Amino acid sequence: MGSQVGWGTSKEFTDIVKAIGEAKSKAEEERIVTAEIETLKKKIAEPDVPRKKMKEYIIRLVYVEMLGHDASFGYIHAVKMTHDDNLLLKKTGYLAVTLFLNEDHDLIILIVNTIQKDLRSDNYLVCCAALTAVCKLINEETIPAVLPQVVDLLQHPKELVKKKAVMALHRFYQRAPHTVSHLLPKFEKSVCDADPSVTSAALCALFDLITADPRPYKNMTGAFVNILKQVAERRLPKPYDYHGTPAPFIQIKLLKILALLGAGDKPMSDNMYNVLGDVIKKNDTHTNIGHAILYEAICTITSIYPHPKLLETAAEITSRFLKDNNHNLKYMGIDALGRVIKINPEFAEEHQLAVIDCLEDPDDTLKRKTLDLLYKMTRSSNVEVIVDRMIGYMRTINDSHNKTEIASRIIELAERFAPSNQWFIQTMNQVFELAGDLVPTKVAHDLMRLIAEGAGEEDEDADSQLRSSAVESYLQVLAEPKLPSILLQVICWVLGEYGIADGTYSAFDIIAKLCDVIEAHPADDAVKGYAVTAITKICAFEISAGKRVQLLPEYRAVVDELAASHSTDLQQRAYELMTFLDLPADVVATVMPMDASCEDIEIDKSLSFLSEIVETALANGARPYAPEHERMDLGGLGTLIPSTQNGPSSSLKFEAYERPVIPTPVLTPVQPTPLINEFEDQRDRRSLRTPHPSHSISIAPELDLINPESTRLRLDGVQRKWGRQTYSTQSSTTSADRDRSSNGAAGASDRGGSYAKDSGASQYESSRSTDRRKPVEISSEKQKLAASLFGGPSGSRVANTGNAVKPSRTAAHKSQVPRGGEKHQSSRSVPGSGRIADSDTSVPSSAPVPQAPPPDLLDLTDGETGHAAPLNDPFKLLEGLVDPQVGSSSATSAPPVKADVDLMSLYGPGQVISSGDGGSQPSGLTDMSGLPVSPLIGLTGVVVPNTQPGGPSVGKKGPSPQGSLQKDATARQAGVTPTVVNPDLFKDLLG
Amino acid sequence: MIRFILLQNRQGKTRLAKYYVPLEDSEKHKLEYEVHRLVVNRDPKFTNFVEFRTHKVIYRRYAGLFFSMCVDITDNELAYLESIHLFVEILDHFFSNVCELDLVFNFHKVYLILDEFILAGELQETSKKAIIERMSELERQE
Repeated sequence: MGSQVGWGTSKEFTDIVKAIGEAKSKAEEERIVTAEIETLKKKIAEPDVPRKKMKEYIIRLVYVEMLGHDASFGYIHAVKMTHDDNLLLKKTGYLAVTLFLNEDHDLIILIVNTIQKDLRSDNYLVCCAALTAVCKLINEETIPAVLPQVVDLLQHPKELVKKKAVMALHRFYQRAPHTVSHLLPKFEKSVCDADPSVTSAALCALFDLITADPRPYKNMTGAFVNILKQVAERRLPKPYDYHGTPAPFIQIKLLKILALLGAGDKPMSDNMYNVLGDVIKKNDTHTNIGHAILYEAICTITSIYPHPKLLETAAEITSRFLKDNNHNLKYMGIDALGRVIKINPEFAEEHQLAVIDCLEDPDDTLKRKTLDLLYKMTRSSNVEVIVDRMIGYMRTINDSHNKTEIASRIIELAERFAPSNQWFIQTMNQVFELAGDLVPTKVAHDLMRLIAEGAGEEDEDADSQLRSSAVESYLQVLAEPKLPSILLQVICWVLGEYGIADGTYSAFDIIAKLCDVIEAHPADDAVKGYAVTAITKICAFEISAGKRVQLLPEYRAVVDELAASHSTDLQQRAYELMTFLDLPADVVATVMPMDASCEDIEIDKSLSFLSEIVETALANGARPYAPEHERMDLGGLGTLIPSTQNGPSSSLKFEAYERPVIPTPVLTPVQPTPLINEFEDQRDRRSLRTPHPSHSISIAPELDLINPESTRLRLDGVQRKWGRQTYSTQSSTTSADRDRSSNGAAGASDRGGSYAKDSGASQYESSRSTDRRKPVEISSEKQKLAASLFGGPSGSRVANTGNAVKPSRTAAHKSQVPRGGEKHQSSRSVPGSGRIADSDTSVPSSAPVPQAPPPDLLDLTDGETGHAAPLNDPFKLLEGLVDPQVGSSSATSAPPVKADVDLMSLYGPGQVISSGDGGSQPSGLTDMSGLPVSPLIGLTGVVVPNTQPGGPSVGKKGPSPQGSLQKDATARQAGVTPTVVNPDLFKDLLG
Repeated sequence: MIRFILLQNRQGKTRLAKYYVPLEDSEKHKLEYEVHRLVVNRDPKFTNFVEFRTHKVIYRRYAGLFFSMCVDITDNELAYLESIHLFVEILDHFFSNVCELDLVFNFHKVYLILDEFILAGELQETSKKAIIERMSELERQE
């Protein structure tokens, strides 16, 4: 067909493309393109450029833009070209503008008129070009301008035009639903069109509409079922078959629509059962596209009202996918499994080993999909194993998007199912360590609260044990070289609060650690703030315990440095610390009580302790306090409403208030006013309002109350200063929730999979430490993992208590005594002891036995291993059709293979010789080794006549040497040879 | 819905790029770079799907060319994988034994074929015959 016509472009352009293709470096390419842009700028602006020439310039602009350079100077010429009468030029113009412009570009307005005109054209090809542009370029504002024409085209005699009009309408709907809301019935009509492509276009639109709201379309269920039936029965024209499957893309769309219509709707689903069964039955199960349809059928079956028989079929297909060697199918199988177990959780058990194989697969995509699945089936019985897996996975990834997602999932699971607080803390520490600053701060606060409040029961021992273990683990964590800021904050807080609580560590040790933290993170004010406050607390605890505290000179220096910091917050904290050191023990004990972060602080909101002062002031003739709004009213309306009582003057008061009579008690001069800063929500804030040694805490109110009129009390500020009160209001409920949930979780795990949890998890732990090298152990290890994962998929359900324990027990048992189906697994791991022939074993054969490399190296196109299922690969089948030579792995095409191989060997010497000249060849050859594509690849540049005998099949199709030779000749005329950079240039894509 | 289609060679050179959602130029380049990095070093045995930001990329390698398609997370992976293959079959028909060089020099025709195959992010024509007929009709005009 029209392949070689493409060379028709001018020599100049071919040269550019060639030069860019051969550019040795990015810089060289850059230079060539920049030069090309300059040339184009000049040429395109010349007056009277011939139209044909202009077309080429536009194409060159497209090329430049595709390489990532800005060609905006030529946009206007592309726009002009759409006005041309010549169809080809017009099409080129439209092509360029659809590639150049987004829907909100200023130039669009210049095209709308042309589009309108073209939509009315008699030439249906012009209509098509315009409709294609409409889909890309028309925005919300311009929709009304072209809508009538597009609607008219729905009646066009050519189905090609109809189809595009439907799609344009669909696009309008996506962009601005209200503009076409009155036209939606048109889709319903188009779906019944005689032409499959129009039907398919309308289905896309209907799918969107039904996703938004299925109710208005319920009555169309019958029609959809009918269409699907017809498609499945091959009543559509032959050209719509793909790899022997009738109109698969239409089938998939229909299945998606049925899934939406039948969701939770029994009467609707009743209509579908038959056709779903038909679709599955009639499907060819040996092609990828067949699998695509089967997968979609599973999705539909699992989302409509359940039908036992179909579910069984779905489960069966899922097993088949999971057992397949092809990674793509495994992936689909894992996804399908997730859907099936939503309805029938027991089904997972059968496939535990397959799932674990996927989990351990080196393919990241498969691993993530499996983690998704595990996330969906997490229960309190298997949460430890699953979270452990997730953390392990998190260690391997760098991408912050993924990390955030996994971290949030781990946190969610840990919060919902944590078996113990200890575990929860450990898990959170790991999450912080790995995901660091990607974790929301709220999680850190929750963690601190958990440590402070403990289990929420009256079991102080357990709580203090928890805290000790937290301190212990944090001291270990501190040894790590690099820790995220948020984790350090938690660590500092915990060390300050509980570092010396159980007496294991001396104040000296902890202070030393905290000072290390400060010195190691000079740039992180938040961490330094936490650390210095922690030191303050430690010192305070020591002082109130009656000990004398003296900071070592080097620590003193650290604190001094902070006191001179630019951050006022740090300054304040440092000064507070210094003040504390000089305070007597009883004051310190009152101000900074031991382990009081959970104590509620009573706030006297009415400030009753002040009434005495107020009364004295009133007695002395002061005005009574008026709330702000009253004062405002008075201010605003003062002149209009004369006050009737006790106001000395009801009008606005212009002179300043009197100076306060009582002098302000001396604040330590360096003491900055506490700022409401980023620390304000940190509940360990213990700033001091009474720094002067001689003042006791009860003096505090005096400070602000010198003049009740001029200085209003800041109640919120007061509340924040003391301990955890910031959280007290909101936390009381959430913490109760958490307690409840964690209790519930613990209870559930006790009831349900306690066996699985304890033995499974510990076995798993221990087996994880044993090396993976021993192949015999692997299967048992997997089984243990499986037992701990799947041991109690229904473990948390009371009804299944018995079941939950049993399977895990048997699974664990199996690991020791191989019997029944398991025989295969253990024997399989002995190398060479025969491949699995038994189809009922649930072990996918991908695991420890190293598979022989697929003999078929030719097929770069597919991930399947050739020998495993040679006939199952649709691509190879196809390649066999397209080109008998390439399908050399299949037995049917043996003779051509032979010829091909001979050919290669014939040119063997040639290759060696040629490697001497033309530097580009050798690497090209090595690259192609074993790829029996046309012999040409190795031969470009070698004497041509030799290739003459190499034409055993001079068929129309396939990489026939002659065809390739022609191409090669043309290429060399154009001066392009495959280079080191890209030896594949000449390789047939399908070969 | 298809968000974009990329044809890239192993070096990451873009042979064709078609976007069905509006994107800034800088965003496009970044995305082309990222997609190439994602797919180029994957083991041929692995799945042909990669998660990409909030979407997924379905890719397939033909000789030295990667065909990548970015689709929604809910889309049927295998179906799109097959649509890539269908596209390559169409190209193969049109150029008779298509190779990368054909696409390099005739990229504008590839765009035209793609426009007949996919419109507004949806498959618009799955009949190979119909598309080839359309294209030859256009060729005749030349």
